[in-house]
Amino acid sequence: MPEAIRAEKLFKSFGDQQVLAGIDLSVEVGETVVVLGASGSGKSTLLRCMNFLELPTGGRIYLHGNLVGTPLGNQADAKMKYAEPNLQRVRAKVGMVFQHFNLFPHMSVLHNIMEGQVTVLRRSRAQAESRARELLAKVGLADKADSYPANLSGGQQQRTAIARALAMDPEVMLFDEVTSALDPELVGEVLRVMRALREEGMTMIIVTHELGFAYHAADRIVFMDAGRVYEEGHPHDILIAPKRERTRQFLEGHNQFRLPEAGPLVASEQT
Amino acid sequence: MQYALQLAGVLAIGALETVKIAVMALAISLPVGLIVGAGRYSRTRYFRWPAAAFVETFRNIPVLVSIMWFFFAFPMLVPFEISAYAAAVLALSLNTSAFFAEIFRAGIQSISPGQWDGARALGMSYRDQMRRIILPQAIRRMVPAFTNRWIELCKLTALASTISYQELMYTTKMIANAYYNPVEMYSVCGLIYLAIIYPMVRATYRLERRAAKETA
Ligand SMILES: Nc1ncnc2c1ncn2[C@@H]1O[C@H](COP(=O)(O)OP(=O)(O)O)[C@@H](O)[C@H]1O
Ligand SMILES: [Mg+2]
Repeated sequence: MPEAIRAEKLFKSFGDQQVLAGIDLSVEVGETVVVLGASGSGKSTLLRCMNFLELPTGGRIYLHGNLVGTPLGNQADAKMKYAEPNLQRVRAKVGMVFQHFNLFPHMSVLHNIMEGQVTVLRRSRAQAESRARELLAKVGLADKADSYPANLSGGQQQRTAIARALAMDPEVMLFDEVTSALDPELVGEVLRVMRALREEGMTMIIVTHELGFAYHAADRIVFMDAGRVYEEGHPHDILIAPKRERTRQFLEGHNQFRLPEAGPLVASEQT
Repeated sequence: MQYALQLAGVLAIGALETVKIAVMALAISLPVGLIVGAGRYSRTRYFRWPAAAFVETFRNIPVLVSIMWFFFAFPMLVPFEISAYAAAVLALSLNTSAFFAEIFRAGIQSISPGQWDGARALGMSYRDQMRRIILPQAIRRMVPAFTNRWIELCKLTALASTISYQELMYTTKMIANAYYNPVEMYSVCGLIYLAIIYPMVRATYRLERRAAKETA
């Protein structure tokens, strides 16, 4: 499969705090990569650099093999110059879904999903509306088109946000802890939408703490620590048989309070 | 009766002048306030510093002082005359612009960074982010502060009387002095201000209730 997006020796500092310390990450078309890591390890910053909500302080990003920005010099590590209109085109192609939804509260669900199509892609309102309704049906919100975000549950808001990003026909989708702000009973409906996207062949980079989802939905897992890719591999290898110390510690922390196996419960439900 | 009618006519003309000053100052203050407010919000310090200086200067000098300054001092520094009307409008506009700028800035900063992120992630230009996402939300929050300032501006127009501009206050004073009837004249004058401003206060309440309902 060809490469969809690639970060090469990516660095990011805020003042003198280095948050990304040379990330190399390449994602193929149609691949689902789940990024794990402790809080503060730089996961959000990585995603935000990949669609240039933050400007990397070093390294390169390639979208479909095309370098984003212009190098200021001939050396391999020359600093990059980024022109805002260029970055806007990149952002339009790289969709992002946030932990706190970031829906536009002054617009109906339908208009949230039409906004980018009309102002950025210059689609006609009729075109944008029909695409928006299509996507609303897909995320199971066909009947909420005229609602306002404030009147939706967290799960519904997040599905709207996913539809809003999809409306741009993105080449890559970035998900930053999109279920972390949801009540537990609403997590499933959002994860199901993401699983359906994977099955359609969407290219996705997903930051999440839902290890079960990571296990079943990821083609590859990347474990980040201190702004670096610390360990990566097949979900089974990383989640069940991690090789390195920090990965093991992280998973132990997550697995400390697990439920016992649910076999009997399932059996009684079936009778 | 003849005399009462004549007085009423003179007062009506004065009231009209008062409204004229207020509306003119508002028309100037809105765009100037918007530009200065955007300057205070700018990431470039060459916009930020002058904007901050503007706000702090005109917010902290009493309007009466700047009216006097523009009417008596300014003409000595420049080679042209300045009318009482222009001096009053200028002083009131600068003061009101400074307050408007602060209202704009605070309103825009009250919008959560997530809204910018959401708009930016769609590939929107700064202009579109501002126009489509940030301002529509910010303006709703600014309505109460704006209307307060507008009402304040209406009342401050009375200061134009100190440079003999014949608005409502000055007209009242002239009549009261000529006819020795200060009780009647200043009472009527107060009532006219009330009659002009109170309906606007009511309209403001309606506007605020609507804004509150839309954002809820
Ligand atoms: N805009 C910012 N300004 C300053 N520091 C930031 C900013 N964004 C993130 N950081 C810092 O970068 C580090 C990594 O943050 P983040 O990428 O959010 O980690 P994660 O998503 O893995 O929890 C944190 O220490 C955080 O405080
Ligand atoms: Mg994060």
